[in-house]
Amino acid sequence: MNIFLQYTLLIYFLPLIAFGIQIFVGKRLPRQGDWVSTGAVLATLVLSIALFAGMLLDYNPDFKQNFSFTWLETTNFKISMGFLVDNITIIMLLVVAIISSASHIYSLKYMEGDSRYSQYYAYLSLFTFSMNGIVLANSFMLLYMSWELVGLSSYLLIGFWFEKDSAANAGKKAFLTNRVGDIGFFIGIMLLFTAIGSFSYADVFVGVAAGKITGILLTLAGIGLFMGAVGKSAQFPLHIWLPDAMEGPTPVSALIHAATMVAAGVFMMVRVFPILTPDTLILIAYIGGFTAFFAATIAITRTDIKQVLAYSTLSQLGYMIMAIGTGAYTVAFFHLAIHAMFKANLFYGAGSVIHGMHHALHKLGDDKTDAQDMRNMGGLNSKMPVTYWAMVISSLAISGVPLFSGFLSKDAILAGTLALVNRTGSHHLLLFFGFGAALITAFYMFRMIFLTFHNKPNKPKIFDHIKESPTAMLIPLVVLSSLSIFIFYTLPNVNPLSGQGWFTHLVEQHESLVPGHLNPSVHEIEESIHHSHIPAMITSLIVAGLGLLLAWLMYFKKIVSPDVWARRLKPLYNLSFNRYYIDELYDKILYQPFYKLADWVAYVDWDVYDKKFINGLGRVTEWFSKVVGIADYDGLDQGIVDGIGRNTQKLGNSLKKLQTGRIQNYVLYAAFAVVIILILLML
Amino acid sequence: MDLNILSLLIWLPIIGMLAIAFVPREKVDIIKIIAATATGLQLFLAILLWMQFDKTTGSFQFMERYDWIPSFNIFYTLGVDGLSLPMVVLTPLLSFLAVFVSWNTKRAVKGFFALFLLLDTGMMGVFLALDFFLFYVFWEVMLLPMYFLIGMWGGPQRVYAAIKFFLFTLFGSVLMLIAILALYFTCGQTFDMITLMHTAPTALNGVLWWGMSAIKVIWILLFVGFAIKVPVFPFHTWLPLAHVEAPTAISVILAGVLLKMGIYGMLRVNYGMLPEAVWWFAGALAVLGVINVIWGGLAALAQKDLKKMVAYSSINHLGYALMGMAAIVAVGAENGNNYAAAEAGMSGAVFQMFNHGTISAMLFIIAGVIYDRAHHREIAGFGGLAKQMPIFAGVAAVAFFAGLGLPALSGFISEFMCFVGAFPVFRTIVIIGTFGILINAAYFLRAYQKIFFGELNKKYSDMPEINGRELFTLIPLAIITFILGVYPAPFLNVIRETISGIIEHVATLGIAPGIF
Repeated sequence: MNIFLQYTLLIYFLPLIAFGIQIFVGKRLPRQGDWVSTGAVLATLVLSIALFAGMLLDYNPDFKQNFSFTWLETTNFKISMGFLVDNITIIMLLVVAIISSASHIYSLKYMEGDSRYSQYYAYLSLFTFSMNGIVLANSFMLLYMSWELVGLSSYLLIGFWFEKDSAANAGKKAFLTNRVGDIGFFIGIMLLFTAIGSFSYADVFVGVAAGKITGILLTLAGIGLFMGAVGKSAQFPLHIWLPDAMEGPTPVSALIHAATMVAAGVFMMVRVFPILTPDTLILIAYIGGFTAFFAATIAITRTDIKQVLAYSTLSQLGYMIMAIGTGAYTVAFFHLAIHAMFKANLFYGAGSVIHGMHHALHKLGDDKTDAQDMRNMGGLNSKMPVTYWAMVISSLAISGVPLFSGFLSKDAILAGTLALVNRTGSHHLLLFFGFGAALITAFYMFRMIFLTFHNKPNKPKIFDHIKESPTAMLIPLVVLSSLSIFIFYTLPNVNPLSGQGWFTHLVEQHESLVPGHLNPSVHEIEESIHHSHIPAMITSLIVAGLGLLLAWLMYFKKIVSPDVWARRLKPLYNLSFNRYYIDELYDKILYQPFYKLADWVAYVDWDVYDKKFINGLGRVTEWFSKVVGIADYDGLDQGIVDGIGRNTQKLGNSLKKLQTGRIQNYVLYAAFAVVIILILLML
Repeated sequence: MDLNILSLLIWLPIIGMLAIAFVPREKVDIIKIIAATATGLQLFLAILLWMQFDKTTGSFQFMERYDWIPSFNIFYTLGVDGLSLPMVVLTPLLSFLAVFVSWNTKRAVKGFFALFLLLDTGMMGVFLALDFFLFYVFWEVMLLPMYFLIGMWGGPQRVYAAIKFFLFTLFGSVLMLIAILALYFTCGQTFDMITLMHTAPTALNGVLWWGMSAIKVIWILLFVGFAIKVPVFPFHTWLPLAHVEAPTAISVILAGVLLKMGIYGMLRVNYGMLPEAVWWFAGALAVLGVINVIWGGLAALAQKDLKKMVAYSSINHLGYALMGMAAIVAVGAENGNNYAAAEAGMSGAVFQMFNHGTISAMLFIIAGVIYDRAHHREIAGFGGLAKQMPIFAGVAAVAFFAGLGLPALSGFISEFMCFVGAFPVFRTIVIIGTFGILINAAYFLRAYQKIFFGELNKKYSDMPEINGRELFTLIPLAIITFILGVYPAPFLNVIRETISGIIEHVATLGIAPGIF
């Protein structure tokens, strides 16, 4: 068997086996089987590293292996499934394996003592399995199936503490919101399949290049696929589920709702980029850009530490989506990988803080104070130095400060946006979104750092009981902090200001396959990005610096009062604070009418249609049979053929009894009708 | 085969029924064991049949043919093909499990199981009969025990529900009977279904009755007859009531087997004997399918009673099958001779029929498990049961997620095929139908959350976990759902040739010009 197939099969199925073991016997195993899931995921990590090392040794940008088998087949209809292994797959497998391993290890302590500990690990394994399905899929079929399965694991893990209504609601909301996107995704797949007759990426690409689907249909197919991404990657207007998803345990938030699953939408768009039309792309760019900016403006007024990070995730995903739209799709993937590391790290840091807070509150016997509210923290850097430094490093990365990883990819995205504007001479709004979000990002990240870790503790009593988290939780922090340093992404080059390196060498942009050269060529895109690189970098450094400075003035030095400014900008502040009232709006214009419609349907169906109409028909028949009975008995029998015989009278009587509802009569009636029909037909 | 395996399949339950007749009514255990043995043997034979079945041909196999009423050309003809085989296996499977579901029946045990076995014979007969008269007889045989099983062992409104069920179905049977007789007299006085499939299209060609095409008239009669069983909107209102009132085991049979007879009948009779009209009616079928999907789904979302919700979910789920059936017209030249789409839709419909059988059976058993403990089915009246009954919550999750079409469970792939098949021809209709997958998820997740999540309802803090017998009725169905969801090929291979045969039949006989 091919070595890549062996490796990927193992990577794919080991977590599934772990899931099976955990769900059925996990509880009875020593340590409730946490080592089963953790072992499986560590094995996938080793295998992924091996694949990755092989990729680096091979250093071939065109590396591609495709494995396919027939899953089901009728005479002319066939669905194949299989794996596509190229450099993008290998990098993504490694990203998933790293973060998933980190979450497994982190959870050993974070979830210790939970009443459903073994189930938790089962779900984590299920997630890893499904996520790897998305990564490995070589066709829309396996992609879509894995897509739904990550949705399931996300649902189960968000609602893991299902005793809380808020958690159960959040799980449901996530699943249903994703389904809205999936409707578009599904229609997109059907449009492609109808035109091309296959679900596999390779066939679809060939079909599109051959012009089997063009124009508005291709655009619609692309928008359909993008809708799937909008759902999964939580882009406006389907972003509403992700902040609620923070109800899940924090390692889950790090793994699923920050680093990997929510990036699946971006990953899909990277995969299908060559078939996207210019119209689709520009829509994608605006949705992404808007989400990046819009989510950032909400993040600045959050007080819950995980909520800040949730909106920050939305915003960063928006960046990636925008990069797809501007044509710099490999950059989107670059940012995906880099973001996964620092964002997971931020969540582990936040989890570490929350863990410490819980610990302290538990000691105080306080179950009222919110362990996630930054207003209850402050000054924690002295108590939690490892956590503190990990979060600072990650915040520097996300803010786009040189020497850290985020700088490389964010700068490239902004250069891509600037390049688009330069190429087309329009879409300046995207620049505003991009750079504006960069400024706000630096601001809210350091607002979070200063509020949580600096100044005097806001609640000294709690502060006294805060302790640094246990080693199992610190390992992921240290590892991922290291992976937020630029050099891991640029080797063999060591210039901190240039993103060039193994990544850019091994993940090359492919030409658009849309016929008629509607999209710019790779050369044009790269050329224009090259020219935009320096101005974009300088601008992004300036705005990031401004954001940081503002946060420093407001929350560290406290020279500028945030409260005063909140009052001065009251309407804007309210919009941000209330998340633009979008949840309330949806409730009013979508959910309520939807449930009302359902109630109406049920009412019409049961109380009007059935009770009134159908039963009315019954009553009419009853009345009719009564009339016939009377006519027969009183008119025919009594009046005309009176005395002919008892048989007729009996018949009349039995017809009259129809209304009694006794079943024998109905049977008789039916049999009678049948006989009449038989006679009629024989004549 | 000389064994007459098909006859054996049909008459085994009757033998069981006769045996039960001789057992004194207080020996309930013996009665139950007889019922379990009869259905168990039947299941064993059905599995044997599945394994012996020749997948490479689309024609009828294991045929049996004897004279019955020669003067009217009535024969006792049986046979099985890829269309009936899945149902022939599903019927004894669900019957066997249903015996265990109703293990604790208290009232009139003897009568219950005797009637139940009679019902079993009727159902098996419908799927195996190839003589129209025989088909009709079995169809009616099934009706009576069903009436009594709902009317005597059901819930508080059982009599009303039973009469409604009976009148609806009787109405359908009468229409069907007229159609059967019309076919008999216009197509050479034969009830032989295989012959009719070949003679009816030409014999009816150009015949007008009261100015209407005879083909269309007969199609409508048959369609309404079968549509009541499916049930297709607007003939569906007997279903929720019947389900709510019926005892659990009967709901299982009703949803799992009886509803399938509608779709089976359409594919066997309407598609087989009136292929021309398929072209005429396919658009309407697709529209009705979508109405079923959306209407049934929305109604399910609003239900407060768990069983009623599951009942409406049947209407919703079988809508997908109707859409898939409509996809057959993709083979038309105007649709680009798209055989792939036609096969996807038709196989999807048959697959959906089977999957709905296993999934809705699970859902009804689950509703029954809850009802047996709490004596009510109010969705909002529970809460937090996942904490109290984790195993039950897990099994229920499989059923609920299968119901909402989660990949890796069988319902997903059949729904997917129905959509993909119908899409090239009925694009707008199918796009409207895709909202069904959202509504589906909405009502299942809503119910699951209300029952299993949240704080544990204090009233049920001592509710016992699902017991071994109940698990035994659910696990086989869950395993089938899972296996066919991961690897559907074994199922699709069995039906493949028959489906291709039907498509070919409709494609070649259906587009003769000048029919209407």
